[in-house]
Amino acid sequence: MTGFLDNVLNGLALGAVYALVALGFVVMFKASGVLNFAHGSVLLLGGYLIAVLHDDLGFAGALALAVLSTAALAGALDRFLLQRAGQDEQAAHIQTIATIGIDILIFTDLARRIGGDLLSLGDPWGDAVTELGPVTVADSRLAAIAVSTVVIAAVFALFRFTPWGLSLRAAAEDLEAAALMGVRLRRVRALAWCLAGGLAALAAVFLAAFPAPGLERTTGQIALHAFPAAILGGLASPVGALAGSLLIGLTEALVVGYESDLHVLGDGFGEVAPYAVMLLVLLVRPTGLFGAKGAARV
Amino acid sequence: MSERLLGLLRGRPARTLLLAVLLCLPPFYLDAFWLRIGLFSMAAAIGAVGLSLLSGTAGQLSLGHAFFLAIGAYGYSYLASDPGPGLPPALAACCAVLLAGAAGGLFSPVAGRVKGIYLGIATLALVFLGHHVLLTWDSVTGGFNGRSVPPLTLGGFTFAASDPELVVLGVPFGAEERLWYLGLALFAFTWFTAGGLLRGRPGRALAALRDSETAAAVMGVDVARHRAAAFVVSSMYAGLAGVLLALAFRRVVPDYFSLALSIDYLAMIVIGGLGSVAGATAGAVFVTALPLLMTRYADQLPLVTAPGSAEGSLGPTEAARYLYGAAIVLVLLYAPDGLHGLARRARARLARRRTPSGGRNPEASASATSAPSSASPSSPAEPAAAAPRSKEHTP
Repeated sequence: MTGFLDNVLNGLALGAVYALVALGFVVMFKASGVLNFAHGSVLLLGGYLIAVLHDDLGFAGALALAVLSTAALAGALDRFLLQRAGQDEQAAHIQTIATIGIDILIFTDLARRIGGDLLSLGDPWGDAVTELGPVTVADSRLAAIAVSTVVIAAVFALFRFTPWGLSLRAAAEDLEAAALMGVRLRRVRALAWCLAGGLAALAAVFLAAFPAPGLERTTGQIALHAFPAAILGGLASPVGALAGSLLIGLTEALVVGYESDLHVLGDGFGEVAPYAVMLLVLLVRPTGLFGAKGAARV
Repeated sequence: MSERLLGLLRGRPARTLLLAVLLCLPPFYLDAFWLRIGLFSMAAAIGAVGLSLLSGTAGQLSLGHAFFLAIGAYGYSYLASDPGPGLPPALAACCAVLLAGAAGGLFSPVAGRVKGIYLGIATLALVFLGHHVLLTWDSVTGGFNGRSVPPLTLGGFTFAASDPELVVLGVPFGAEERLWYLGLALFAFTWFTAGGLLRGRPGRALAALRDSETAAAVMGVDVARHRAAAFVVSSMYAGLAGVLLALAFRRVVPDYFSLALSIDYLAMIVIGGLGSVAGATAGAVFVTALPLLMTRYADQLPLVTAPGSAEGSLGPTEAARYLYGAAIVLVLLYAPDGLHGLARRARARLARRRTPSGGRNPEASASATSAPSSASPSSPAEPAAAAPRSKEHTP
């Protein structure tokens, strides 16, 4: 039983981190219709900056600087590179594939710098653990859940209560109508990308913290698990991203936890379990759990 | 006389024949390194043409191409060798292609319903799940170390270094030379079948489906059947490419068939220009040859050092990756119709220069009469440029 509780708590923590990344995917998709394949590399950049800077600036300073840098980078990529291709749906497909090229550029550079090293981010939790009744949890995991909850609540409040959030929702609903009502599409888009970039740097902290060994060049690829999370919830739905992330996190933790019982599926099935879950969901609901089934206009 | 000869040379069949003869020459002049580049390029081109049919013409984004390549490669090496049924290699190759097609068909419940970016990520799942299966199903795939690939034999002729020994015009024919002609034959087969598919009814149905599903359905295109068929055909080309790759590598390992390979194929068709056979081929050659050439000529390039030299310097692999990533971004943002579109525009400009009074160009007047509803051309040169562009999907 304690084993089960352990796994569930692990899964929730993992899901909370995926939610930060998946929410980034959703925000960018809502604003621009682009699925950003470079998001994993932006995340890796955030982690790398923290790892390099935390000696001089302290953890908090490094984190703040990293969040600002990745936000600026993501915003600039969108504003000065992707938006050249235009705003409509056809352009969104082209931009999606262009992000693959951007990903290759950023990742190659970071991989060259990181090499085979394991970088420590100098986070304040270290390897401390807390006893919660019958289960033992790493402090970093609890921090992941707490921070993600606060940040995600703040992002939802942004959507709901700020003029920018209103513009974003309007643009996602109908691009042309929003533009006619005076929504500055370019600015709304770029800001959405900034927000997603910042969230990615934050997620990097928890992906590299204990019990993970540290920041590696492959950390960005772990973030790819947020793809199924975002898709499974419905790409245009922030609530869906949240639900999808928790589902994916729990699945992964449970499959890893009960690996010995699931031996039929082979070693390391936890790595690919998110994708299996996503395929099953898409078979039943082709636009995800919370995705709107758009009516075709003739 | 000479004018007639020139006219003959300009004809399409003559040009194709000339190209075919030129492509048959390299084994007599180039060494194994260049032949291998050519071989990998041909295999990649076959796969890229398949993906181009699916993503370019039918508009179904697929990141799962590596999975179908893997089925072709592993299918062949399992079916043709000893821990396995041990079929005659030629039969095993055909079966591997059919197997890849069947896998594509099995995926059609998803492919028929899921659209756009959702389909892209769903096919991503295939790559990860497939990679997992390749790693764990030891008895068939050989696990992490993969399995060796038996050479192809066709009626007593083996596509390997010997058996029978072969010297043509003083050039000893080893594995690369023989496989070159096999690859060429398979590529020609792909070129003509895919071209025919695109020009014929299925190609037009798929293009209609991409532009508007509702409109296509109203015109009598069976949506679900065509979407599934596009997936099956594309997987079969991928399977064929997988067989050829396996023969060229002589050993298949799971790590080769990763997400990076799928992305490479997507990059090929995007750099080449979506929905055209020639574009897919050009993109395949570019993406395949670039890293190999960079590695070979690393010491002669500025700013690039030989592999394994000082720490923190720019190695050839990284340099190739930079160029590759930059090429994707630049092509997409500045020439969204790829190399194929660039070539077409250059040709249109040349044609315009040859006929200074663009308005009297027969092609231009034909396009003007066929589209009477369009506004009067703002400049006489414009219809000449627009006319080729309207034939968007001819290879």
